[in-house]
Amino acid sequence: MRWLVLLLLLAGPVFAVQPDEVLDDPVLEERARDISGGLRCLVCRNESIDESNAPLARDLRLLVRERLVAGDSDAETVAFITERFGEYVLLKPQTGGSNWILWGAGPAMLLVALLLAALYMRGRSTGAEAAPLTAEEEARLRKVLAAGDSGKTPPT
Amino acid sequence: MITELGHFALILAFMVAIVQSVVPLIGAHKRWPGWMAVAEPAANAQFLLIAFSFAALTHAFVTSDFSLRLVVANSHSLKPMLYKVSGVWGNHEGSLLLWVLILTLFGASAAWFGGNLPPTLRARVLAVQSAISVAFLAFLLFTSNPFLRMAVPPFDGQDLNPLLQDPGLAFHPPFLYLGYVGLSMAFSFAVAALIEGRVDAAWGRWVRPWTLAAWIFLTIGIALGSWWAYYELGWGGFWFWDPVENASFMPWLLAAALLHSAIVVEKRESLKSWTILLAILAFGFSLIGTFIVRSGVITSVHAFANDPERGVFILLILAIFMGGALTLYAARAGIMEARGVFGMVSRESALVANNILLAVSCFVVFVGTIWPLVAELAFDRKLSVGPPFFNLAFTPFMIALAIIMPIGSVLSWKRARLGRVIHALRFPALLALALAGLVWAMQTGRSLMGPFGVALGVWVLAGVAADLWARTGRSRDLSRLARLPRADWGKAVAHSGLGITVFGIAALLAWEEEDIRVVQTDAPFTVGAYELTLRDVTQFEGPNYLSTMAEIDITRDGRAVTTLYPEKRLYPVARMPTTEAAIDNGILRDLYVVIGDEQVGGGWAVRTYIKPFANWIWAGAIIMALGGFLSLSDRRYRIAAGARRSAGAEVPAE
Repeated sequence: MRWLVLLLLLAGPVFAVQPDEVLDDPVLEERARDISGGLRCLVCRNESIDESNAPLARDLRLLVRERLVAGDSDAETVAFITERFGEYVLLKPQTGGSNWILWGAGPAMLLVALLLAALYMRGRSTGAEAAPLTAEEEARLRKVLAAGDSGKTPPT
Repeated sequence: MITELGHFALILAFMVAIVQSVVPLIGAHKRWPGWMAVAEPAANAQFLLIAFSFAALTHAFVTSDFSLRLVVANSHSLKPMLYKVSGVWGNHEGSLLLWVLILTLFGASAAWFGGNLPPTLRARVLAVQSAISVAFLAFLLFTSNPFLRMAVPPFDGQDLNPLLQDPGLAFHPPFLYLGYVGLSMAFSFAVAALIEGRVDAAWGRWVRPWTLAAWIFLTIGIALGSWWAYYELGWGGFWFWDPVENASFMPWLLAAALLHSAIVVEKRESLKSWTILLAILAFGFSLIGTFIVRSGVITSVHAFANDPERGVFILLILAIFMGGALTLYAARAGIMEARGVFGMVSRESALVANNILLAVSCFVVFVGTIWPLVAELAFDRKLSVGPPFFNLAFTPFMIALAIIMPIGSVLSWKRARLGRVIHALRFPALLALALAGLVWAMQTGRSLMGPFGVALGVWVLAGVAADLWARTGRSRDLSRLARLPRADWGKAVAHSGLGITVFGIAALLAWEEEDIRVVQTDAPFTVGAYELTLRDVTQFEGPNYLSTMAEIDITRDGRAVTTLYPEKRLYPVARMPTTEAAIDNGILRDLYVVIGDEQVGGGWAVRTYIKPFANWIWAGAIIMALGGFLSLSDRRYRIAAGARRSAGAEVPAE
């Protein structure tokens, strides 16, 4: 049942940003869209409020626009929302605290991989070519080659 | 009756799988031909039994047998036939049965096409493959049985989620599963080789076609899913960094890495140990994907009915297979000594760079996907990781990949000369910069993404052309191109596909136009270069839904372009509305129109998008897959692949 309710909310009336929400000032509206693209719709599964049809997402969109019209900067608007709804609302996680692991994981892994690759390649470029054939193998190879030339099977 | 037979076949297949996973393994160890020979008929039997079981379930859906719980929960007698059939895998149990069907199909085809493998390796591959079957059949039978009956059958079903009532469902999951499960072959080959204790050029040659096939299917599956989301969800997004999308994307990235590193094993007998590890991890990520989709620990738009108990079971499967394989790997990795020697500047090192970028980018996606879970468990922070993170953290790797791709393609094996590379690529570089400059000059004041995407796309495409041109030799004899191995053509085509996709994504993101407004009937309005007029809005009844459909005429410079019919649907049984966007597809742009609600003061909300080069994104993906097919048809995979142990030596070191 909870699942069904979620779906209903998710699909709601079939529209995200409604015409009556759009601000008259195109610059302000552009900023509002940018900000709401980075805020999570709290009742949806994994959508930004910009994409969501849920009533709560609409309220949040209106709130964002209200703050912008009141003269807040982008950062202030986001801070205002985060203060009330927690950092869960941010689709772009903050960099502070334990989140440095998240943000640092990629670059750190890249460094480690590069280091390992460099070590490996140094080994490869100085390492000896495959061991030379033993005398016995050499003799067999000659036999096989000779047979191949005349199209016969090698005498064994 | 048919249902019971299907259920019985499923249980029989489980028994066969247990036998197949034990007997050949012992046979291979003791060198008993009779025991090893069990594998092949068992693999066939498993496939036939599961195929029958799947057919039985399909029969129940097609005939709307509402005594079956699964059919009640996911079907309705009024549902169109196409969706009755595709509804079989539009739910957890049925899709898992499809998973197992494909798993056994791969197992059986390893038996059909594996005639040239050494008998012990073949027996071991089939046994490992069957061990995976055992795990998933147990999962299916004990936690997600699709054949459970209802004590009191209802008169009608609860219908399928309307978002899934789309041709997309018919094709997207089967392709995706072919890809996911195809990677099990690479895994089986890797584990069998570890047990066998031998990894050589021939192994690289055997494992590559399977990986290639899995990668092709994953590419098609992901592209279909992305396209489906584009037209179905109503705002024309094509990628959301949703956990479930990431679940399919991570194996794709690793499969792409594996494809490239297997070439090095095959041609140069290097990177063996790494390739084995990749093969294990690629399938590991398939399993992680399965876990993410079906356990419900991570919230996602993909609404599978989730169940924690199932999550634990999959986690167990994951732990057993990854733990087992990695332990085996740790014990045996030492025996895989590399042979080929290569310099810092060489095709080999370019492929190493390719692998680093693909593997690390996969790792980034992985960390981003599971971070909300880790942060909550370990740090007690409830947070989200969404598209802004992935765009920032992931994209640089893809850009780097696109930049090094043409360079790597023209480098020669073993030891390359930088001067030659610069010479070969001077025109592509100039062309890319010149066109990017031109675009930048034309679009003053807009984001730099457009010109940058143009530069990358042109660089990759012209790089492919330059590579082919270099292959004509000093005589510039074009007929040489016709004699190039199919694998080389495959590479050229697949690489161009990536260039096209990169360009498409950048162009769409940079130059998209959006318009949201209230529209009165017969009052024209302008979006970009187009003039739109809402002619009429009608209501009608579909087979299992109610529809509100608008008719919108679109003209450009006074000439009619097209008439679009966007729809809004309500599915009464599921009590769920959906949008059906109307799209005029074009090579240079898509016109994308959505109809919204009727406004209180009269008129209708209408959303219009002009999406430049949107289709290039999926066209590029399909071209990539086409390149994969070309490569797959290379004769070296068809003719006595690896029949001779020294096969690797015959491939000229280009």
